Amino acid sequence: MAYIDPHIHMVSRTTDDYRHMAAAGCVAITEPAFWAGFDRGSPEGFRDYFRQLTEVEPKRAAAHGIAHFCWLCINPKEAEDVGFAREVMALIPDFLDRPNVLGIGEIGLNKNSRNELEVLQAQIDIARRHDRLILVHTPHLEDKLKGTRLTMDALRDAGIDPGRVLIDHVEEHTVGEVLDRGFWAGMTLYPDSKCTPQRAVDIIECWGSERIWINSAGDWGHSDPLSVPKCHVEMRRRGHLQALVDRISLHNPAAFLGQSARFRLPG
Amino acid sequence: MPTPSCLLSTRDVVDLYFMEHRAKLLDIAAFLDRLDRAAPAPSHAADGHDDVRVRALRRAIPLLLDGAPDRVRRILELLSDHSRDPIAAAHTQSALGADPRGDY
Ligand SMILES: [Zn+2]
Repeated sequence: MAYIDPHIHMVSRTTDDYRHMAAAGCVAITEPAFWAGFDRGSPEGFRDYFRQLTEVEPKRAAAHGIAHFCWLCINPKEAEDVGFAREVMALIPDFLDRPNVLGIGEIGLNKNSRNELEVLQAQIDIARRHDRLILVHTPHLEDKLKGTRLTMDALRDAGIDPGRVLIDHVEEHTVGEVLDRGFWAGMTLYPDSKCTPQRAVDIIECWGSERIWINSAGDWGHSDPLSVPKCHVEMRRRGHLQALVDRISLHNPAAFLGQSARFRLPG
Repeated sequence: MPTPSCLLSTRDVVDLYFMEHRAKLLDIAAFLDRLDRAAPAPSHAADGHDDVRVRALRRAIPLLLDGAPDRVRRILELLSDHSRDPIAAAHTQSALGADPRGDY
């Protein structure tokens, strides 16, 4: 069954992962720019990363019949140094017109600091000026509730249409507010934090299937690049129809991402 | 009774999930037993029993049996920072799992 994994960090994954994802039915992925597990030593490190996202990964994905799209930004963990962040942000417009770039992401907050918020506002402004979609990372654990609200307020204050923003890593205490305010919501399936497949299906059962998707956010940490198809198994064993699986993992992502003319499913 | 949003019957839910959650319950019990059996923290470090994460966990467990719905949401809210203003500066990149300034 064809599906989209709309948030996965393939720069941290092996070619075997691409092979297994393709065999499981993955037809397209979108890869947001994120923290590499260490702070880069210079803004030039980001230029190389943006080349990897726009030149190297699309070829690796295509070798397995998977369409690859990406999002560019400086992530919130490296945003405390505003001067450094501004140098990285100055690189982004050079890459925005590359064919697989959908927008700005994953931007957001990490510890909910003033500097992080300033960099978030500057990146929202890049998206606004270039009329691009936005993918939002929300903070971890105890910082998520506050960071999700601060981020939604910053987007509102910038006059961004919430229908063009996906707020990712929602959980039971944030999903309702995100959907009520008109944003799209992403659920990330992680073994230890964020959502398990079981809780993601609980959330769909309680909050419905409109403007919501699931993703693996597979990266260099404890994560599973096949968590999306595994969550489909969870849906089916609870008696949900294939039409609901397709809605969550094919039609919803295609509808949100398709607001960018660059997004196309293969075939 | 509220309209069921889960398609499974109560019987199916128990049959499908009991073993998984029995194991998770025993993991929590084993964690608390291990904490009791552990050597005292070194003098420069705070005692593990008083750690905000453990205090938060002890506050969260009774919510499981208070008879009210939305247990996951309420536990996540208990573990969350409820302040509204951005902090002056980020001195760490990581999160703890409970609000370090929380009243647990
Ligand atoms: Zn990510």
